Amino acid sequence: MPMRSEPVTVNVGPQHPSTHGVFRLRITFDGEVILDAEPVFGYLHRGSEKLAEERTYTQVITLTDRLDYVASMTNNQAYVLACEKLAGVQPPERGMYLRVIAAELQRIASHLMATGFLLNDLGAFATPLMYCFRERERILDLFEMLCGARITLSYMRVGGVFQDAPEEFWPALRIFLGEMPHYIDEYERLLSENEILVTRTKGVSVLTVDQALNGSVTGPVLRATGFPWDLRKVDPYEVYGRVKFDVPLGRAGDNYDRFKIRIDEMRQSLRIVEQCVEQIEPGPVRADVPALVRPPVGDAYSRIEGPKGELGFYLVSDGSVAPYRFKIRSPSFINLTVLRDMLIGWKLADMIVTLGSIDINMGEVDR
Amino acid sequence: MYGLGILNGFMVTLKNFIRRPFTISYPEQRAPQHPRFRGEEFTWYEERCTGCASCAKFCPLGIIRIVTHPSQETPAEGDSYAIDVFDIDIGRCMFCGLCVEACPYDALFMGSGFEEAKYRRQDLVISVERLRTAEKRPSTWYRPQLEAQNYDPRRGEPMTWQGAGREPWPYHLPLRPTTEEMTTDREAKP
Repeated sequence: MPMRSEPVTVNVGPQHPSTHGVFRLRITFDGEVILDAEPVFGYLHRGSEKLAEERTYTQVITLTDRLDYVASMTNNQAYVLACEKLAGVQPPERGMYLRVIAAELQRIASHLMATGFLLNDLGAFATPLMYCFRERERILDLFEMLCGARITLSYMRVGGVFQDAPEEFWPALRIFLGEMPHYIDEYERLLSENEILVTRTKGVSVLTVDQALNGSVTGPVLRATGFPWDLRKVDPYEVYGRVKFDVPLGRAGDNYDRFKIRIDEMRQSLRIVEQCVEQIEPGPVRADVPALVRPPVGDAYSRIEGPKGELGFYLVSDGSVAPYRFKIRSPSFINLTVLRDMLIGWKLADMIVTLGSIDINMGEVDR
Repeated sequence: MYGLGILNGFMVTLKNFIRRPFTISYPEQRAPQHPRFRGEEFTWYEERCTGCASCAKFCPLGIIRIVTHPSQETPAEGDSYAIDVFDIDIGRCMFCGLCVEACPYDALFMGSGFEEAKYRRQDLVISVERLRTAEKRPSTWYRPQLEAQNYDPRRGEPMTWQGAGREPWPYHLPLRPTTEEMTTDREAKP
């Protein structure tokens, strides 16, 4: 006898507002199958864009640390690039190389976080996450050498970086570069061929190229669909034009490709850092920029390839010491908008994995 | 073969099982800390401070409060302004270090500590007395002269104000040039 059933709407989240990622999904289920999903944002809204309007250009750097708090370095980079475009400042070579080294290390750290938490969501509780955190810890140690902080870095300044790397940074970086490929091999052995992971992720929550382009999706989520779009290649900024690296691409656009592409990108990031270490030369690290930057009247948009996608900052200057308007194009926010397309037809357990595979960061979604 | 991937994974976990643990048990053991670490308990040298309040202006949160009064009595200490109040509200501080970067006289340094738990919020406000009497263990953050000396705040001696400066500041000479000397100097130069 067929059972009479009707759709049920369930709120997934939010947790307590003081937790780190407060996200709510209103899902309509038919049994366990998702009929409709609606993401609800705004629980972590801190008004960064408004706060920036009453801070000087240097002080805003501390605000950008708190957008995507697992990738502060790339946030700093995108912001100072926008400031430099606005003020017409050219940073010195060594400053640019240091920025790229720091940003690529941050990309590895962010991808490690993404991989670890994706596996955590899949049910591989804590073991892969702890392995990922072990290497992330070493990157954070390198950051502590560079800038004295581990999460809220504030390393970059308009016109370069605030200070040259200390002497002990370079040997430590070389040791890290030598050991990290083995650790990535270890993740691959542990995870990539694991039958449980493959069954849970292959072919699940497929995002087509058209859907991805329609939703302005960028970053690993777009590249997993097979669309070659990496701003480091198509619109090279800083010194990315001088280093060789490949852009890993997926094929199917499913959860497995999104997971795999991050592991491959970590290897490419290591390649970039190695080449930067070879190419870097002594010199100044910071252009001669006054402490209070007063860019001319105008506006500037600068974008970089962040770990999660295209991270852009739009700045409008009215000639004063503070930006007149400060707009963030955050990849997490835009990538979340295709969540509905990816979820419909799949089950509740896949929803958690799909959310993990997009690699969102609520600090960036809500700003 | 089905299950081979899982077996491979178990080999990895087995290898990590017998590996030396990479965690440390915190209160007994401590992770190595870099001298550039931006920590609490700012190090402040009153001898170098002129009370210009650049740090207060550059603080993104505005948590530094400085009150000065003109003092002509202590020219040896190098400032014509004496500090009455130098409050830093550590409870709201985010340790970005912009105040240290802004200090033109190298009077303010980041600290190196991180274990600061208090029961009451007002205890988190660092007063000028505490800054005066605290042990001077400055972080080398944004202070290349300390890095050049290989200074490590966690080890070694506390740093004196003479050693911490970028250069001997002329105002710290025992006798400040008088107003007449300064004017004659200026006239002598074309």
